[in-house]
Amino acid sequence: MARATARDRRRLPAALAVPAVAGAAFLVLPLIGLLARAPWTDLGSLLRSPVVADALRLSLFCATLATGLSALLGIPLAWVLARSTSRFVALLRALVTVPLVLPPVVGGVALLLTLGRTGVVGQYLDRWFGISLPFTTAGVVVAEAFVAMPFLVVTVEGAFRSADRGLEEAAATLGASRLFALRHVTLPLIVPSLLAGAVLSWARALGEFGATITFAGNFPGRTQTMPIAVYLAMESDPGAAIALALVLLVVSVAVLAALRDRWLPRGGAV
Amino acid sequence: MNRPLSVRRAGLAIVALVLSGMAAACSSSPGTPASGSSSGPGSTPAVTGTVTVFAASSLKETFTSIAKRFEAAHPGTTVVLSFAASSALATQITSGAPADVFASASAKDMATLTSAGAATAPTTFATNSLTVVVPSANPAQIASLADLARAGVKVAQCQPAVPCGVLAAKVLATAGLTVTPATLEPDVKSVLTKVRLGEVDAGLVYVTDAVAAAGSVTAVPMPAGVNATTAYPIAALSHAANPAGARAFVDAVVSAEGLAVLKAAGFGAP
Repeated sequence: MARATARDRRRLPAALAVPAVAGAAFLVLPLIGLLARAPWTDLGSLLRSPVVADALRLSLFCATLATGLSALLGIPLAWVLARSTSRFVALLRALVTVPLVLPPVVGGVALLLTLGRTGVVGQYLDRWFGISLPFTTAGVVVAEAFVAMPFLVVTVEGAFRSADRGLEEAAATLGASRLFALRHVTLPLIVPSLLAGAVLSWARALGEFGATITFAGNFPGRTQTMPIAVYLAMESDPGAAIALALVLLVVSVAVLAALRDRWLPRGGAV
Repeated sequence: MNRPLSVRRAGLAIVALVLSGMAAACSSSPGTPASGSSSGPGSTPAVTGTVTVFAASSLKETFTSIAKRFEAAHPGTTVVLSFAASSALATQITSGAPADVFASASAKDMATLTSAGAATAPTTFATNSLTVVVPSANPAQIASLADLARAGVKVAQCQPAVPCGVLAAKVLATAGLTVTPATLEPDVKSVLTKVRLGEVDAGLVYVTDAVAAAGSVTAVPMPAGVNATTAYPIAALSHAANPAGARAFVDAVVSAEGLAVLKAAGFGAP
């Protein structure tokens, strides 16, 4: 954003400049506030505490697994949404993107009532397979994937739509099956969008709080992710909460920076 | 030309919708439709306007009832209740949350406020102790506190920073039990919900919560000599926007009528 205004050589009208500066300050000031109040001297010992290490490890692990799950199920779903000619596809698209706008805590309640031990589906998982998802690390992954997958689906579906259908058809005339054409022609074409979608869902999963605490509960090392640790530490030890928040901030910025070049050009169009 | 116009119109509609939503949220936050009459800056001694009460989760039923009686006794007043873990509320108040009254489930969280100068002269108005609750079906066949330490039993309790978590740790230590909970919930009502839904086999909650949820959970008697109690202090806050209303509400809680409501709900006498 800053780059665009710097390149703009014409004078900026005040009616835009004032709210633009206010908007930028609004977004940046809280981060500065966080840095200003950080307990820099105790930071080392706070970060070395097992709670922080456990929460960070769990957060990175679960967000990555949730992204993997999202890709595994979300890419085929995006392909169906992009290629299907059924008149129900619009309804399906609307339904699967609901978690995008749904308050995460509502998602958590829905997951608990569906996949919980006494839930609509969960009771059979428990009875037949002995699987109970709430309060487990797998439950964290499920909760995170629930809120994160729509980001990947929406991004990848857009890419499938704009990808050159001609190449897919050419592959078909040469005898390739649809699955073969998807794997060897279309997917390589949309790698930047796949990455963008994966990064978006990974970031969403990393920051996930409401669905996780509702569905997976809170236990250090098992289901206590970084955002939950930050929230609970705020009640008893604000210093530790700030330290945890700093770690999350650094991780987020690092991911953005690492993927900026690949992500921003395409991501801006989403 | 038609399309951008309709897009713009849709955009305006969304903005209008969001703004009206915000307006509705703002105007409804002081409580009932008759609100809006905020009290003057403490100049009028008469009890009027909005009284904002921050209270421990375990006071949900009793304070809702006392607030209704208070509004009936003081026409023109509106009581806004905010329930959460006492430790969370204490942090919110020291961070400047606009509250008039604080009712805590532990002396410790009230002491946080008195030592910060946010409250003076708290009054203890009730006591509470713990009990084990199980889902009505009692899937793990819990018959005593000791059963919580059995392998495979899923237990929910409060996280250690909140009063019910402190009490749970104390009780389990006195009983000489090592329990590995499935989840450490942010407040006592979350524990109760997980039991009520049957997602855990047992939960450690207040006696009063077991009374309030008598239809959907079953209380398991505690062994003699291991239970512990917590005291509930209440205070009008130093920075109350409505000091007269705050004092009147505290008086209503410690009145014979208020104490009768608490006693009926299972709270102990101060």
